[in-house]
This record gives sequence, C-alpha cells and structure tokens, in this order.
Amino acid sequence: MGGAVGMNAPWVEADQGRLIATGGASSIEGAAGGGIIPWAVLANYDEKGEWGANLFGTHVNLPDYTLDVAGMAASYGNRVEVSYAHQRFDLGSLVHKLSLPEDNLTQDIFGVKVRLFGDLIYDQLPQVSLGVQYKHQNDFLIPRLVGAKRDADVEGYLTASRLFMGAVFGYNVVVNGGVRYSRANETGLLGFGGDRRDTRSVLKEGSVALLFNPRWAVGVEYREKPDNLSFAGESDWADAFVGWFPNKHVSVVLAYARLGEIATLDNQNGTYLSVQGSF
Amino acid sequence: MIRVLQWIGALSLALLAGCAQQPPKDDSLYRALGERAGIQKIVEGMLLHIAKDDRIYKYFAKVDIVRVRDKLVEKFCVEAGGPCTYTGDTLAEAHKGMNISRGDFNALVENLIDSMDDQHIPVPTQNRLIARLAPQRGDVIEK
Repeated sequence: MGGAVGMNAPWVEADQGRLIATGGASSIEGAAGGGIIPWAVLANYDEKGEWGANLFGTHVNLPDYTLDVAGMAASYGNRVEVSYAHQRFDLGSLVHKLSLPEDNLTQDIFGVKVRLFGDLIYDQLPQVSLGVQYKHQNDFLIPRLVGAKRDADVEGYLTASRLFMGAVFGYNVVVNGGVRYSRANETGLLGFGGDRRDTRSVLKEGSVALLFNPRWAVGVEYREKPDNLSFAGESDWADAFVGWFPNKHVSVVLAYARLGEIATLDNQNGTYLSVQGSF
Repeated sequence: MIRVLQWIGALSLALLAGCAQQPPKDDSLYRALGERAGIQKIVEGMLLHIAKDDRIYKYFAKVDIVRVRDKLVEKFCVEAGGPCTYTGDTLAEAHKGMNISRGDFNALVENLIDSMDDQHIPVPTQNRLIARLAPQRGDVIEK
C-alpha cells in the first residue's frame, strides 16, 4: 500500500534531523524498536516540525514455521508514530500433522506510539513512550479450535529507552525496558485470550544494544509472553541481533531468534532478517 | 591558646579535605585527541564539513570563521581537560537570536563525528568528547 503511494506520488524527502540509528529498526508489530519488541524511540529521523515515514519487510525462518511481515510507520516531530503491520505465519509441517483446514494465519496490527517525555540521548530523563496496538486476527478458525476467545483486541505498552555514552569499554549502550498489558496468544496470531486465562497480563520486555559506532549495533532482546491456551505452551521470546544503519534511508537487522514452543512444536529457534527503507 | 591551636587544626583539616575533593585534572581525553594540534585539526575538519552542509551552512556564512575556529578549539580543549582557557562568549550568548533547531544541533554533531572519523579518532574517544558536549545542548538550541 505504502509502496504504491511511494511510486506514484512525488515523494518529497522529509527532513532527517535526528542522529543515525536513533529511529531504531521496525519491530515485527510495526512500531519502531528492535526486532521482537518496541522501544521508546519513534520511527524515522524527524525532529520538531519534521515528519518521516518508512516501509519494512521481515522474514523469520523457523524449523517448522515461517513468519513474514510487511508494514510501514509514519512519524511527526519526534512525538507521535502511527504504524501498520501485516503478519503471515505459515504453519508448515503442522498442516499435515494435524490435518489443519488452513496452511497459514494472518494478522493486521495498527499501532500508535507517543513520546511522553525525555530523550534517548539528551536531557535529564530517559525517553519514555506509551503505545497502543489494535490487532485483528484474520483467520480465526484454527485459533477458535484451540481455545482462543476472540479474533481482535487492543493492548498497550509503556517503554523507556536511554543511550548511555561510553558505558561499556567506551562504547555507547542503548537500554530499553517496558511493560505490556496484553492477552495476545503468540502476539495475536493465535487470537486473544484463551481457555486457561482470558484476562490481560502485565508482561515485561527489554533489550540492550551496544553501538560499535553510529552505524553498527549488536544486542539482545527479551519478551515475556502470556500462556492462555491449554492445548500448547507458549514460550517467552528472546533474540540476539546485529543491526546495520549505513545511512538514514536504509537499515538491516539480522538476528538469531529463540521462540521456543509455538503451537505444540518446540525448539522454534531460527533466523530473523528485517530490511527497512526510511524516507 | 589550646583552643586557637584546635581551631587552626580544624581549619587545616577542612582545607586539606577541600583540596582532596578537587581531583587532579584529568587530561587523558585532551591527549587522546592529539592535544592542541589534534583538536585544531578536528575543529577545522568539522568546519569544512559544515561548509558543505546545506542544513547549517547558513549559520556560518557571515561569521568571522577564524575567530569561530579559535574559540571552538579553546572550548573543546577545555572540555577535554587540556591546559586552555575559553575566552569566548557563553554558549547561550553566542547563539542568542539564532533559533538553532534540534536538527541543526544534530547536524553539527554529525559533522564533528565525520571530522573525527577523518582523523581516525577511535570511537570510544569520540564518545568521551561528545558526552562532554551533549549536556550543553540546552544552551545552544532554540535561543
């Protein structure tokens, strides 16, 4: 959708007043962040009075499944970000094992994130942002069969990010920590709420990234997940990533993701690749 | 007499404590940047990058660039712990009425990093200088 607009409309280049890499990458739910969690940073490089937009694509290759995500995020004034992501989760070998009626699950995620106060680099306080996501699971037959209660839900998160200059051997370190209030099963791909638990949980998430220079980062992420469905366990997620920001228009993130048990199949650990173009 | 001696003793202790609180000046960053000559190269390189930067060249177009260079060298030298005295205006005074934006400030940081890269200053050393300058953003922007 955004791509079509980009090709047909005269795409005026936005101002990019923020420092490189401070827009983060695109998380799998569309919000600016790392890979599996949003950070308090806002997408793109707009400062006060400026705007920005990005398109991204992400592919996660797991032993029994694949996840593909495409989306976009627009931002204004380093204050507010709106994002959209479409996720497609291919069920792979599980389709034949369980004779499933569908071979993939898809979900749409609309997000808004607002920077409440603080700054990633400057000012006294860390950057703190509040986000809300509306998620809609599009193929509810399988989630319903395994006990999910609803195909759409709203969840919120509060997150803080701060760059500590020269914190580790003289290199800059970005620390992110947040809490999410959600009842999404496997981020919503398996619906929301379940037979075991149908109320939202407070879930912790965080990451640490080391910047070798303004263009290269390595880090780890962690995301706590609920366990609402009795048919299978749901694992907390973690990943270790390398991020490359050659300029303010392109970023690439490569990661090793440990997603654990997903829908009865354990050890879903694999590679994650995400590419973003920012305008 | 004893009271006077006690008083002098207490005063001496206080003075000693006062001295102990003032650590010996750390000039390791100054030396890592190549002392005065290295800092001058960094500042001159930064100004050359700024001259090619459409975002902020306008702020430097009509200034006495030699004076700006000299004052920036003094400023960086002092911030790096070097044996210099900053003789320029305060940052707030120097930027008054210029209405420098956050983006303009970051553009200057980028030009400084480019110049330090040109001079092969290691990233941890670059970070130390930027960490000294970043807290002063409030005296520069939106004045």
